[in-house]
Amino acid sequence: MARFLLTRALQALFTLWVVVSLVFLLIHATGDPIAVLAPQQMNAHDRAILRAALGLDQPLTVQYFRYWAGVLHGNLGVSYYSGQPAMRLILERVPVTLELVGLSIGVAVLLGVPFGIWAAVRPDGVADRVLRNLSVLGSSVPTFFLGILLIYVFSVAFNILPASGAGGLQHFIMPAFTLAFFRIALFTRLVRSTLLETLNQNHVRTARAKGVSEPVVILKHALRTALLPLVTVFGLQFGQLFAGAVITETIFALPGMNRMALQALYRLDYPIILAYVLVVAAMFVTINFLVDMAYGLLDPRVRDHG
Amino acid sequence: MSASKVPLLSVQDLRVRFSTDEGIADAVDGVSLEVREGETLALVGESGSGKSVSSLAIMGLVPRPVGEVIGGRVLFRGRDGEVRDLLRLPPRALRRIRGDEIAMVFQEPMSSLNPVYTLGEQIAETVRLHQGKDHRAALRVAAEMLALLGIPDPEARLSAYPHQISGGMAQRVMIAMALACRPRLLIADEPSTALDVTIQAQVLDLIARMKREIGMAVLFITHHLGVVAEIADRVTVMYAGRVVEQAPTAALFATPRMPYTQGLLRSVPRLSTDDSARTRLEAIPGEAPNPFDQPPGCRFHPRCTHALPGTCDNAVPGMEACGTDHAVRCARWRAIAGVPA
Repeated sequence: MARFLLTRALQALFTLWVVVSLVFLLIHATGDPIAVLAPQQMNAHDRAILRAALGLDQPLTVQYFRYWAGVLHGNLGVSYYSGQPAMRLILERVPVTLELVGLSIGVAVLLGVPFGIWAAVRPDGVADRVLRNLSVLGSSVPTFFLGILLIYVFSVAFNILPASGAGGLQHFIMPAFTLAFFRIALFTRLVRSTLLETLNQNHVRTARAKGVSEPVVILKHALRTALLPLVTVFGLQFGQLFAGAVITETIFALPGMNRMALQALYRLDYPIILAYVLVVAAMFVTINFLVDMAYGLLDPRVRDHG
Repeated sequence: MSASKVPLLSVQDLRVRFSTDEGIADAVDGVSLEVREGETLALVGESGSGKSVSSLAIMGLVPRPVGEVIGGRVLFRGRDGEVRDLLRLPPRALRRIRGDEIAMVFQEPMSSLNPVYTLGEQIAETVRLHQGKDHRAALRVAAEMLALLGIPDPEARLSAYPHQISGGMAQRVMIAMALACRPRLLIADEPSTALDVTIQAQVLDLIARMKREIGMAVLFITHHLGVVAEIADRVTVMYAGRVVEQAPTAALFATPRMPYTQGLLRSVPRLSTDDSARTRLEAIPGEAPNPFDQPPGCRFHPRCTHALPGTCDNAVPGMEACGTDHAVRCARWRAIAGVPA
């Protein structure tokens, strides 16, 4: 186990290094931060001083090694605009994004899994047909449209939910549902198809032959053995949402880290962008690790061979 | 009729239909058979003859919505002496019988066990369900069953998972699971077919021994006549969804009446030191009919050397008594056997 954890930790560090390096090289190819940062009337001399102050006058390799030297000392640079440490700025925004993503995944699992079971129990029944049509809708309505529609109905027309900003839970209801909508549909379809497949397996027939009641057959015998692919997709979706809630955070003016990263991208605020990429990559690595651990817990075959 | 004459299981005119993209197949087309208290009935036929589907229908396990029981009765006499039609029982009442009074062992033991639960849990589940025992007591029963089946170190096996044991061991665990509640009827669907030859014999011995110890009846489904000779009291032969011959085992082997049964017997190798008894092995010519497009009349007539045009391809012959406890579905059995009408 110790060896397994060490391997995984080294793999994680390697992943972070590759991702941050790639983004480092890519953003330096996209434009000149000084052109965005410096006021129009600033003369060439002052621009050169500003460039030197930010270290942007150095060759790319020097900048690259300086950046990593800083990272190893726990210093990811300061924002070109606010002068605040980049990592602190991003980390301050993480809780809002986490709350949004956690709520969305929670809603999607709590609704999608029962819906999927319901549809699978009677394939081609009424519930199955209704849910199948709804899930097509859920997969095809774009996030921005759903978000604006919700704001129009609940904030403008009925004025029962706040349209923007972060405060209490009521600020998260619409954004979380906007993000969850597609996932409810996804999880419904996924649970339905996995369960239908498992319900035809021999060991489920054995359970029925033992006299096990149908709800127990479905939950204890069929769904339990089908959990592996579900957990994988839940994990992937969590990671995707964590880094992909940009549109939702923007529409609902939530002060999450994705919105901050988007702003930093417009302004070529390198330290913020890199700190954001590091956090997202670390999140993905963590989720993958947790999913792998869950595999071992859920399937004794993985435990033996892992 | 006195109570002891009432068979334990009486299947009457059972019909199971499969509706697939390829068409409609009457996989089981009016099957009647009975299993008497404490006996072993072998249900014999080729793959696709409807023998496995019949056994699933008895248990109410025909895979829906593709398959559907469209007619017949399955009368089972319970421990309480009451005779019930399993096809018309409410689901809850049927579940009380499944796994308790009627248990089933399947062909592929490995995939028939749940990969994520321990062997102990899977055996104990049945005991908890039907005998109301708590988990600890149920696990004790599970260990006793494994010991009874000659599995070494049963206590340790309880915490093993299916992937950690061999196929032969898995089938013994399946048998332990099936017998844990001391059923009155065991349905064994080709329980030894997927196993190594040496393990096959062990599994058959095991079922025979447990039958004696528990005093249960066995419905043994197989395509293997050698196995039949070894374990069965009586035999029911199926062909293309219908029963074609029924007889005590000795009578079936001595005087098979249906040409299909005769063909089956000729295709089984026999060991003999007597030169005169050595005969060539013969395969039955032709192939089993397409289940979606069955021939009219006797379904065996296209492959039958005795078939008479206008008779055998015309009407479906009924089951006709042709000896003690012996019946055959063949319009020409008298002519073939040389028995005057």
